[in-house]
Amino acid sequence: MKSVTASPDVALGTEPVAPARRRFGIPMRRVWRFKWGLLAAAVLLLIVASAVCAPWIAPYSPVIVDIQHRLGPPAWMDGGTRTHLLGTDQIGRDLLSRVIYGGRVSLVIGTAAVLISSTIGVLLGLAAGYFAGRIDWTIMTLVNVMLTFPFVLLALAVIAVLGPSLVNMIVVLGVADWPLYARVIRAETLAIREREFVLAGRALGMSHLRIVFGQILPNLVSVIVVIATLQVARVIILESFLSFLGLGVQPPTPAWGNMLGEGRVYMLNSWWIATFPGLAIFVTTLAINLMGNALRDWLDPHMKV
Amino acid sequence: MKYYVLRQLIQLAVVVLGISMLVFAILHVIGDPVLLLLPQNAGKEEYERYHKLLGLDKPIHVQYWKFASRAVQGDFGKSWYTDTPAFKLVLERMPPTLYLTTAGLVMALLIALPLGILAALKRHSFIDNACTMLAVAGQAMPIFWLGIMLIIIFAVRLKALPASGYGTWEHFLMPAFTLGAFLAPITMRLVRSGVIEILNMEYIRTARAKGFAEPTVIVKHAFRNACIPVITVLGLQFGQLLGGAIVTETVFAWPGVATLTVDSIRNQDFPVVQCAVVLLALIIVVVNFIVDMVVGLLDPRIRLGA
Repeated sequence: MKSVTASPDVALGTEPVAPARRRFGIPMRRVWRFKWGLLAAAVLLLIVASAVCAPWIAPYSPVIVDIQHRLGPPAWMDGGTRTHLLGTDQIGRDLLSRVIYGGRVSLVIGTAAVLISSTIGVLLGLAAGYFAGRIDWTIMTLVNVMLTFPFVLLALAVIAVLGPSLVNMIVVLGVADWPLYARVIRAETLAIREREFVLAGRALGMSHLRIVFGQILPNLVSVIVVIATLQVARVIILESFLSFLGLGVQPPTPAWGNMLGEGRVYMLNSWWIATFPGLAIFVTTLAINLMGNALRDWLDPHMKV
Repeated sequence: MKYYVLRQLIQLAVVVLGISMLVFAILHVIGDPVLLLLPQNAGKEEYERYHKLLGLDKPIHVQYWKFASRAVQGDFGKSWYTDTPAFKLVLERMPPTLYLTTAGLVMALLIALPLGILAALKRHSFIDNACTMLAVAGQAMPIFWLGIMLIIIFAVRLKALPASGYGTWEHFLMPAFTLGAFLAPITMRLVRSGVIEILNMEYIRTARAKGFAEPTVIVKHAFRNACIPVITVLGLQFGQLLGGAIVTETVFAWPGVATLTVDSIRNQDFPVVQCAVVLLALIIVVVNFIVDMVVGLLDPRIRLGA
């Protein structure tokens, strides 16, 4: 296996780029290389904006029931109406509005959980890599235990005890997802620790805290940003799975996962109820992954994440 | 080799111990079993009585010891719901889960091996780019949605396959594909990078220089060595594969451990949940151990601790 760290002489983002034709002051070839990432970022921006502005752009309230127009198909199908573009669900709620609102839950949980898990993971990874010895052994054993264990099972077990709620979901997903950060950050820290500037810092009498947070951590920012971005997608999938099982965000709050779970019951005749929320999850996670990959290539092409 | 086996065994023991503590902690530290067991309107006296009855007034390490020493003998207590031993319930549901996992793994390899090798041989070609796209899309795909879409297309529309259930080979097709699609992207990427790395090795150049036919070089020299990282990572991914099986089972109403676990969680049937979690973890750990052994046998550098 190759070593995990980039070679030390590769400075971030300064790899020699072939002289590209400059237009508008931006090297066009470089922009072209990241076309997918930029497109993904644009799509993601659109999704985030529509979730944030949901009250203004959604045609209906996501919870208003209209039993008369239940199970209405999307506009382009026979029996579909233009008033409900994506159709209606089993109790006549407008599917488009629910999909727009549903993004809020996933994005909030994804971001919040990743903030928690990256904080825990980075701190423990730094401690393991910098102090080595017994601290390293303890933390890495914990990491191994948690990585062996399927994340889904752990989340299920904890949610079962705590009970489903938005805050519990954030806490559980946040606490369960830190080992990945810890493992990568530890490996990077081990390499950086041996560099001259850390040695110099130590010789100057800097405290451990100052070395770790002032000298090592700034070098890890790009790695952390890349992992965190990719993890948001993972957390969103997991969150929607828990909601799909009915163990996550509870109805009538619209969440892509619980809409998918409710729609499953009606898939025999009304395929659209399960299809569109799932499509929303897929597009969101795809955009996040593409953006994360582009971010990695842009920040440090040698990064192994 | 003896040292290598011993080291892996110690690691295995530590992980099992850690998982058992984790499972114990989830129920006893985060939650309160008495609150889960009693109806919500139960009085304080009743609470105290059950608290004592379950031995919760004893120090936590004594409780853990009791739990662990029973668990080692396969005694996880009786299901609160059906009054049968939890161990028996879980064990009965184990075979379908293992069949599904195996089928998913085979499916993943059937997709990933040819595509990965092809992508590596025709690097930066149209095929390679298409495979990369497919892998990125596959990784973003929520497999429970994929499963539902398959059901809508193949069971509801085309009426070609059964929507759910267990029994004939036809029941296996959609769940196995769903699970395979979950594992295939990462496997494909590993196969691709493994083959590329190995094609640049000197012994491949030697083999070519000796005048071996290209297929011989690829199959006999490159592929065998590319297997090592693939096996290692597949072993590590086994936990994820079981996680994927959990998701797949719930979509297709597969009568395995996962559906049992999810049902038990809904019924707040904790002995069963605990037992299922511990047994699944044990399987993962044992599989990881076997993988480590196989890799050690294949690659002397690893077992000699290079």
